[in-house]
Amino acid sequence: MRILNARKYLVLLAVVIFGSIGDSFLSRGMKQVGAIDVHHLAHVFAALGNLWVLLGIFSLLAFMASYMTALSFADLTYVLPATAIGYVNMALISRFWLHEHVSLTRWAGIVLIVVGVGLVAGGPSRTEHPADGEALAETETSGERV
Amino acid sequence: MRTLYTWICIAFTVIAAASGDVLIALAMRRIGDLGDFRRKHGFLAVIARVLSESALFGGVFFMAMAFFSNLVGLSWADLSLMGPASAALTFVTNALGAKFFLHENVDKRRWIATIFVCVGVILLTRT
Repeated sequence: MRILNARKYLVLLAVVIFGSIGDSFLSRGMKQVGAIDVHHLAHVFAALGNLWVLLGIFSLLAFMASYMTALSFADLTYVLPATAIGYVNMALISRFWLHEHVSLTRWAGIVLIVVGVGLVAGGPSRTEHPADGEALAETETSGERV
Repeated sequence: MRTLYTWICIAFTVIAAASGDVLIALAMRRIGDLGDFRRKHGFLAVIARVLSESALFGGVFFMAMAFFSNLVGLSWADLSLMGPASAALTFVTNALGAKFFLHENVDKRRWIATIFVCVGVILLTRT
């Protein structure tokens, strides 16, 4: 079973952080840009002139780089649930930093996500295929940190 | 009517995002661990190797579609609906794509984790 080392957990953390920041910036920017008429969808390109949208795009580029790196050493069905902890972060920030009310239903959602992340993180990170290349064969030993 | 447009937008975002994720995961699987590759061949070789993967460009195209669809959706609905709704549905769609196109070992543990995260994200959107 392949177990991730600290550097690779940092890559997963970068996926979480840049993804959350990027979405927040985009949301703020699009609220400033205003609703886009369904008959004039090309107006979405005008949003590229908004500072928050641009910051969101740069954050999502950083997200993309870390996401691609994560996918190079772990399965898609490992990376996606493992990085879902970002939703929990946003809820905890809104509760303890912004002092917003977090209902019991939301706490239940947080518990489910944490359990889901724990389940997938405790399992193997990668399905081994014979065609995965020499790099895998060199590092693949039982329980080895890669 | 805007609610209908929003959900059409979410559906389009989910399909495009899942297609993009599967194609990018396919490209990165072919390349192998980027850390190992960089140590052996250097940073520039990593960039050249990544840019030589055709599946990556397909993935980026679908991700761009998902991005603009998400932008349009965000102009109609709050992030608290668009983000979790598209994410929750993308988890399931990705798991199916990973199982049937990438032949990943989506065992019981991963299905349960995916469902837990999916339901958890939906609960987080409720006030």
